[in-house]
Amino acid sequence: MMLLPGLFNYWLVVVLMMIGFYVVIAQGNLVKKLFGLNIFQVAVFVFYISMGKIEDGTAPILVDGEPVYTNPLPSVLILTAIVVGIATLALGLALAVRIRNAFGTMEEDEIDAAEADPS
Amino acid sequence: MITPHLPILEVVLPLVSAPICLILRSAVVAWWMAVALTWAAFAGALMLLGEVLNAGPITYALGGWAAPWGIEYRIDLLSAFVLVTVTAIGSLAILFARAPVAREIPADRVYLFYVMYLLSFTGLLGIAVTGDAFNLFVFLEITSLSAYVLISLGSDRRALTAAFRYLIMGTIGATFYIIGVGMMYMMTGTLNMADLAARLPGVLHLRTIDMALAFITVGLSLKLAVFPLHFWLPNAYTHAPSAVSVFLAATSTKIAAYALIRIIYTVFGGPAVFAPMPIDEMLLGFGMLSMIAASLVAMFQDNMKRLLAYSSISQIGYMVVGLSLGNVEGLAASIVHIFNHAMMKALLFMAVGCVFYRVGSVRLADIAGFARRMPITGAALLVGGFSLIGTPLSIGFVTKWFLLEGALEKGWWPVAAIVILSGLLALVYVWRIVEAAYFRAPAPAVEGIREAPAIMLAPLLILAAINIFFGIDGTLTGDLSIAAAQALVGTSP
Amino acid sequence: MTGSEALLAAALVVPLVGAALIVAAGRRPNLRDGIGIATAAVLAVVVIALVRDVLAGARPRLVLVEMLPNLSLAFSAEPLGATFALVASVLWLVTAIYAIGYMRGHHEHHQTRFYAFFAVSLSATMGVALSANVITLFTFYEALTLCTYPLVTHHGTDEAKRAGRVYFGVLLGTSIGLQLPAIAAIYVLTGGLDFAPGGILAGHVSPAAVAVLFVMFIFGIGKAALMPVHRWLPAAMVAPTPVSALLHAVAVVKAGVFAVVKVTVFVFGIDLLRSSGSSGWLIYVAGFTILAASTIALFQDNLKRRLAYSTISQLSYIVIGAAMLHPLALQGASLHIVAHAIAKITLFFAAGAILVAADKTRVSELDGIGRRMPWTMGAFAIGSLSMVGLPPTAGFVSKWFLLQGAVASGQVVVIAVLVAATLLNAAYFLPIVYAAFFRPLPDGAAQHGEAPLASVGALVLTSALTVAMFFFPELPLALARAFVAEGQ
Repeated sequence: MMLLPGLFNYWLVVVLMMIGFYVVIAQGNLVKKLFGLNIFQVAVFVFYISMGKIEDGTAPILVDGEPVYTNPLPSVLILTAIVVGIATLALGLALAVRIRNAFGTMEEDEIDAAEADPS
Repeated sequence: MITPHLPILEVVLPLVSAPICLILRSAVVAWWMAVALTWAAFAGALMLLGEVLNAGPITYALGGWAAPWGIEYRIDLLSAFVLVTVTAIGSLAILFARAPVAREIPADRVYLFYVMYLLSFTGLLGIAVTGDAFNLFVFLEITSLSAYVLISLGSDRRALTAAFRYLIMGTIGATFYIIGVGMMYMMTGTLNMADLAARLPGVLHLRTIDMALAFITVGLSLKLAVFPLHFWLPNAYTHAPSAVSVFLAATSTKIAAYALIRIIYTVFGGPAVFAPMPIDEMLLGFGMLSMIAASLVAMFQDNMKRLLAYSSISQIGYMVVGLSLGNVEGLAASIVHIFNHAMMKALLFMAVGCVFYRVGSVRLADIAGFARRMPITGAALLVGGFSLIGTPLSIGFVTKWFLLEGALEKGWWPVAAIVILSGLLALVYVWRIVEAAYFRAPAPAVEGIREAPAIMLAPLLILAAINIFFGIDGTLTGDLSIAAAQALVGTSP
Repeated sequence: MTGSEALLAAALVVPLVGAALIVAAGRRPNLRDGIGIATAAVLAVVVIALVRDVLAGARPRLVLVEMLPNLSLAFSAEPLGATFALVASVLWLVTAIYAIGYMRGHHEHHQTRFYAFFAVSLSATMGVALSANVITLFTFYEALTLCTYPLVTHHGTDEAKRAGRVYFGVLLGTSIGLQLPAIAAIYVLTGGLDFAPGGILAGHVSPAAVAVLFVMFIFGIGKAALMPVHRWLPAAMVAPTPVSALLHAVAVVKAGVFAVVKVTVFVFGIDLLRSSGSSGWLIYVAGFTILAASTIALFQDNLKRRLAYSTISQLSYIVIGAAMLHPLALQGASLHIVAHAIAKITLFFAAGAILVAADKTRVSELDGIGRRMPWTMGAFAIGSLSMVGLPPTAGFVSKWFLLQGAVASGQVVVIAVLVAATLLNAAYFLPIVYAAFFRPLPDGAAQHGEAPLASVGALVLTSALTVAMFFFPELPLALARAFVAEGQ
């Protein structure tokens, strides 16, 4: 069975993704939510890089007599995605700070209670 | 000289000017720059539309790298139509924005507002012109990230939490989208939409492609705020600054609808994909749920912005139902509703913005009887309201007619019934606003107010004129969307 | 553009121009009311000229704008539409005169708004009467609902607003909920929506679909006030009397029955309905409405409500005329549009005059009032006779044709309904006349005379028209004959 070892990376992706997703949903703390979101995104990065990898492939540098190399495109794409991810995380953290200043808390249930309060 | 590079100029000019505004740190300069750029983009979009109508789709290889290796911008009738819609809204909303922004946002941050506005505008245009699935993700995130910032600028502290929730939901949606794109890339080795469209039929039977379509549909539905995935939207539109509500309500969900049409029809081949993967039935179900459930919620709102936000979710249902019908009329309804809904919601949010500017509240109880003091705003609200209901001679009727035609052509009576029912529910919630505006005794806050300033009324009146004109003579938008739908469904005109 | 096409356009535009001028002259009441009367007079002349052309065989047609591919706002004049336009425009002129006496005598507020919306409503009525296809009819039908809403809620009280909601909800709910999908279905089935002699549906649909579509249309046209979608009409009685008189006895309700007849004849087609047998139920529904509404009217003490229920019952005469699918019955329906209009407007004028002069709204308060207001109550008596259908009034003419149609097509049910309705009508109208003239005035009754001259003059005029139509029915009869000839 190639299932487990051959698709090891993909299993990792699924596990990471689920962990990230769970944290986003289950955690009440805004910063923890953001970390969960980041784990979720990282899982996708791993997914992209895994699919570009070719067994025994080298780095994609053009040299004579080395025809097998890893597909560079997914790595490049993920570079872009990482930038987007960092921007998202930074913005999310900035919002979390502003929320903490405005509400005095970063726990979701306490914020909900404060919002329901009309004052 | 410039014309061949128009597609890229549309995107690059606002992108470059955003950091310039940031460096100059002047609200006045930033506003003038944003006005100049949005109007230039609008003119460019009109030129592109003319060119597409004359000579067919335009392709532009970014940096001279030919597709499928480089990123390709491809403008067909649908993109040109959406481009015109988005730039029209962008250029009208920026005119409207100056007065309310100066009041609602601290003076030292006003220039930042325009920076974010330009960035968001860039992203929207990028989505419309790109022919590359991954590039679409990048633009989607550019527009979303700046939208989060724009919403968080609202004066109420709840704007912050609304923006945060939107950020979480939006990021999950975008991530779902790239998961789907990655799966498609795994199976086909390309990210170019035209290339994908050519290669996907061969691998359509694979489960990976099933999953890809599922991930993309769910991801975009999150951005689109289809019914069970809509939770971010009402708060975001309610607590955002007036100008942001106008801009986002009219563009951000519409561009997501465009992306969904693009993926399902251009990339996956439309009706061909519905047979192996019944994604159309799923979308149809959720679209109808959106139409009814959101209207029912809207009926009980006392906050006008929140009411309009829920109405947006219901109207998004029209687009989703239209594209899931899988025939030309249905798809044309979706496409024309991108335009129609943008125009009517921008008009309504602008009218509400004018009321907020003078009265300082958007609660029905506080604004009672305002229409007597602000007759122009009141009339504009009335025009937008009729469009929402879809009475004849309003742009809403054009969409409704296409939808009914599409549903009845397939013999789907229940769908037609739901469309009609949703219009009746719209009648109820629109009439609540109209009654409050015209037929109730003036609230204390309404005494002594004046009509909104001219710079807010000008775009309001232009939008009202658009609403009326394209409602009475819907042939232009109707023909365009039918032609675009025919190109997408694959039946030659 | 030929002369009759220009008249067609003018019929739609004149009231709109009038409305704009009325708003512009809002600060000078005399000028404003003068403009109102002048507009109504010009419209009446235009429509009369148009009617003359139509009788001479002209069928002008005008495409205003193409709303969507294959879907245009278009107008044309044919005898039935011309009949309706004629009734509405001539009676508008009378109402305009009456309204001045009423609105000033009753010290109503917001008179400019009132007159402006009144004029716009008339433009919408012309649009209904002269529509060349179903979507145009639908559009102006909706417009008529919208621009009469401010008139219904004119008083701005909570009661008026509640009534406004019923009015709006029932009319828009039925038209958007039933009529619009039926129109869309016909468009999808046949690819067109133009009215055509003999109908457009034949050969395109199964009998079952015809039956379903017919039900959707009949109940989608809420303005015809067939039970159970009649509730809006009594609710609309909160409006000032000129509105009840012209709009809720003539323009709005006749737009409803006009649409029913027009759709029956020019969309479904007499032959198709007869062969598919899908309109038989309508005779029973309309017959039930006639009897039930008359019975309810019997127990109404508020005079305007009694008149409203009488209207509901009389409208169904027209519907039943269409449902019999017989040439004579269709002539009766066309004639009854005219006959009921002039008689019922007389009754409403009288009710309004009583309100203005004596401040009375209840039937039980009218003892002996005929001695104080002989002209008003005399006119009321003539209107009542016409409602019952006795000579020498207009009601007799139309009822005669309806009965002949019923006999010729062997509809025993209709004959029975008409006879019973005559008795019921006599039972709820004649006691009012009796009480007004033959009962003594109650002790200590307030001193009052007739209503203002403009109002009394108007109601005398319409009662004279009611009698005149009995002796000189040529014009409406010629139009009715032309309509039936065209509809075959």
